[in-house]
Amino acid sequence: MNAQATDAHHDSDHDHHGPAPGLMRWVTTTNHKDIGTLYLWFSLIMFFIGGLMALVIRSELFQPGLQLVDPHFFNQMTTMHALVMIFGVVMPAFVGLANWMLPMMIGAPDMALPRMNNWSFWILPFGFAMMLSTLLMEGGGPAAGWTLYPPLSLQTGDAFPFLIFSIHLLGVSSIMGAINIVATIMNLRAPGMTFMKMPLFVWTWFITAYLLIAVMPVLAGAVTMLLTDKFFGTSFFDAAGGGDPVMFQHIFWFFGHPEVYILILPSFGLVSEIIPTFSRKRLFGYSSMVYATASIAFLSFIVWAHHMFTVGMPLAGEIFFMFTTMLIAVPTGVKVFNWVSTMWRGAMTFETPMLFALGFVVMFTIGGFSGLMLAMTPIDFQYHDTYFVVAHFHYVLVPGAIYGIIGGVYYWLPKWTGNMYSESLGKMHFWLSTIFVNVLFFPMHFVGLAGMPRRIPDYSVQFADFNQIATIGAFGFGFSQILLLVLVVKCIRGGEKATDQVWEGAEGLEWTVSSPAPYHTFSPQPVIK
Amino acid sequence: MSEVAQQRYYVPEAAKWPIVGSISLTMLLGGFSSYLNGSASGSTVAFLGLGLLVIMLFGWFGTVIRESESGMYQAWEDKSFRMGMSWFIFSEVMFFAAFFGALFYAREFSVPWLLGEGSGGSTHQYLWPNFTEIWPTNGPENLGESDFHMGWWPLPFINTVILLTSGLTLTWAHHAIKSQNRSQIIWGLILTVCLGYIFVFLQGVEYMEAYHEGMKLTSGIYGSTFFMLTGFHGMHVTLGAIMLTVMLIRTMRGHFTAENHFAFEAAAWYWHFVDVVWLGLFIFVYIL
Ligand code: HEM
Ligand SMILES: [Cu+2]
Repeated sequence: MNAQATDAHHDSDHDHHGPAPGLMRWVTTTNHKDIGTLYLWFSLIMFFIGGLMALVIRSELFQPGLQLVDPHFFNQMTTMHALVMIFGVVMPAFVGLANWMLPMMIGAPDMALPRMNNWSFWILPFGFAMMLSTLLMEGGGPAAGWTLYPPLSLQTGDAFPFLIFSIHLLGVSSIMGAINIVATIMNLRAPGMTFMKMPLFVWTWFITAYLLIAVMPVLAGAVTMLLTDKFFGTSFFDAAGGGDPVMFQHIFWFFGHPEVYILILPSFGLVSEIIPTFSRKRLFGYSSMVYATASIAFLSFIVWAHHMFTVGMPLAGEIFFMFTTMLIAVPTGVKVFNWVSTMWRGAMTFETPMLFALGFVVMFTIGGFSGLMLAMTPIDFQYHDTYFVVAHFHYVLVPGAIYGIIGGVYYWLPKWTGNMYSESLGKMHFWLSTIFVNVLFFPMHFVGLAGMPRRIPDYSVQFADFNQIATIGAFGFGFSQILLLVLVVKCIRGGEKATDQVWEGAEGLEWTVSSPAPYHTFSPQPVIK
Repeated sequence: MSEVAQQRYYVPEAAKWPIVGSISLTMLLGGFSSYLNGSASGSTVAFLGLGLLVIMLFGWFGTVIRESESGMYQAWEDKSFRMGMSWFIFSEVMFFAAFFGALFYAREFSVPWLLGEGSGGSTHQYLWPNFTEIWPTNGPENLGESDFHMGWWPLPFINTVILLTSGLTLTWAHHAIKSQNRSQIIWGLILTVCLGYIFVFLQGVEYMEAYHEGMKLTSGIYGSTFFMLTGFHGMHVTLGAIMLTVMLIRTMRGHFTAENHFAFEAAAWYWHFVDVVWLGLFIFVYIL
């Protein structure tokens, strides 16, 4: 985009204060950059916690038979791993990036509702403390899978009400975060920053925020019904009273499928920022990207039952949900082709953010293809609840959503810290991650196709080889992430000074302010020509 | 977007209330959880948390009201508040949608399937061949005591009239705010708030009748959907009435000008929202 800031540097002449001294700064801050930083650190910590849980799972699965952990604990690990990664890592990381970058990308002085912004963050650590503490309770943590299907989930021990209310807390946090983002984008754009000039990260977040506001309350409703079924004698999910456990699945997936797009759309935006910069070309098909994102978001509301093909549905339902699901591949394909076309004949260089973006395009597409296979009802009858599904969603989530996030972090790290990160460490991080992520997840396709069920601590011996390979990949991938931590800490502490523009091909308002970005930016606002 | 008029957006300095809010919510929900698990101290913690939450709300809203009254917000900030409130209401709509969805699903699918329709027929045949009840039902095992049908006449109908009237009196107050007719605002609000509390009271009377007939929260899917939908709605009416009571007190203290009365409008939107939800309830829970 040709956005030009006219007076981005006039930051010194008015009543701006820097950050407050002391630790209370972080507790009471209303500054979007501080809050963004809090979100990102929180997400990184949760990434390691969730990662440790994954390593417990993979260690148990290194060999057939039961050796390391009790099966009940294994189930707690699969459940908590998913909840932590979804609600504690990917979503907070996106909100963190949004906090840091959205105001700077649209020329806004801060987020629209700064106090509420503080609260959306500060609910998270409490919500997760509550959720993680259930692991120590009588009867252990939740173990029925992150999808919480009744009647199994109703057999959870003391953890149950804590689990339900922690989900409520996380939901409140993300609804407030989303409302703030919508208000910021609608109300705080700089004069001249029209909707169709907004960077794609802003667009994808705008649409994601609507998804969040629309479906997080539905999840809240679903888990509330679980709570009343368990403690207050309602029969929503009990056939004896005229209810239906399948009803929970419908309500859950009405939330759940839009949720998986909540987990990917902002990464689409990040990749759409990174690829043009390092291709030194403008994004190919900007408006088609916007429309494709909106179509994906719309379609995501009418595909939910593809998670339930085998559960029992009228035939018309099976067919409807199969076709709508396959339709999503169209706008998704538009995006992939646009990214590739952006690179076509570009003057490309391969700094770390670009490597992660490219990894994203290739490996997300693999996950998209396995999704298409799963979308076909008769085929899904064979694949459902096998490791093939696990392979599918890990391809879209790890080298998909997470790669987008990591790419975004590398892309803007110099803007945040004022220092360049170590490119050689970054490249090492990328290559190790990429090799190991495939060692980890690719074999899951094979064991899944051969029929290995998911969420089981033991398996039949013929699956042993591929499982061992996957476990090796898991440890490799997990330990490679320590490089990210080292690199970020080193970059904060020093390094080659970054210029304002940082990357030769970077365009957009965030690159017009100094590096590191001043505590307050764009007040008064720039005028975009 | 900012017009030339307003250069600077108000960004508050340190905020101490959010963290109090997080602590209070954690105490409230954690305490309630351990109460549900049968712990003796759970309810104490929950009540302390609730108290702290109320303090937090007073503190937080108090700060915002003081800032508003001292003129720190202008049109630009006002617009953010408006968007915040409208999208909050939308999220509430979606929360109710989940429960309406459960109602529709039970009536359209799960109960007919239990009766032997469609592909779910075998459940009927093997588990509950004698189950014949259509809506309302407390299920094949006849859970709770009864599924006494809650008709729309007379109480729900009276309540519909009450809520619709309260919408009118509120609009009357809103017009008065624009023309700065203080006593009309106050009377409009008093009428609205009273109608709101009468609604909640009558809803309570209706619940007593239901329980008297043996129709309880535990009365199968009919009791579940009936009490959860009307119960959450009643809680929202109560909340809305409290909001409007605050607006009444603020009006009496001379707050709100013809231009600057966002809080009033926010409470009014909320009131109309509970109104509309009630119409949905009246049609789908009581009449059909
Ligand atoms: C090309 C688009 C996609 C299609 C056609 C697709 C299709 C599907 C289908 C049919 C299933 C159900 C498989 C089963 O349980 O039998 C599934 C599961 C799943 N998908 Fe996708 N998907 C797509 C993209 C994505 C994306 C972008 C994400 C998230 C970033 C995602 C995350 C998931 C997750 C988490 C599950 C498993 C949920 C669970 O059972 O725990 N998918 N997908
Ligand atoms: Cu899905």
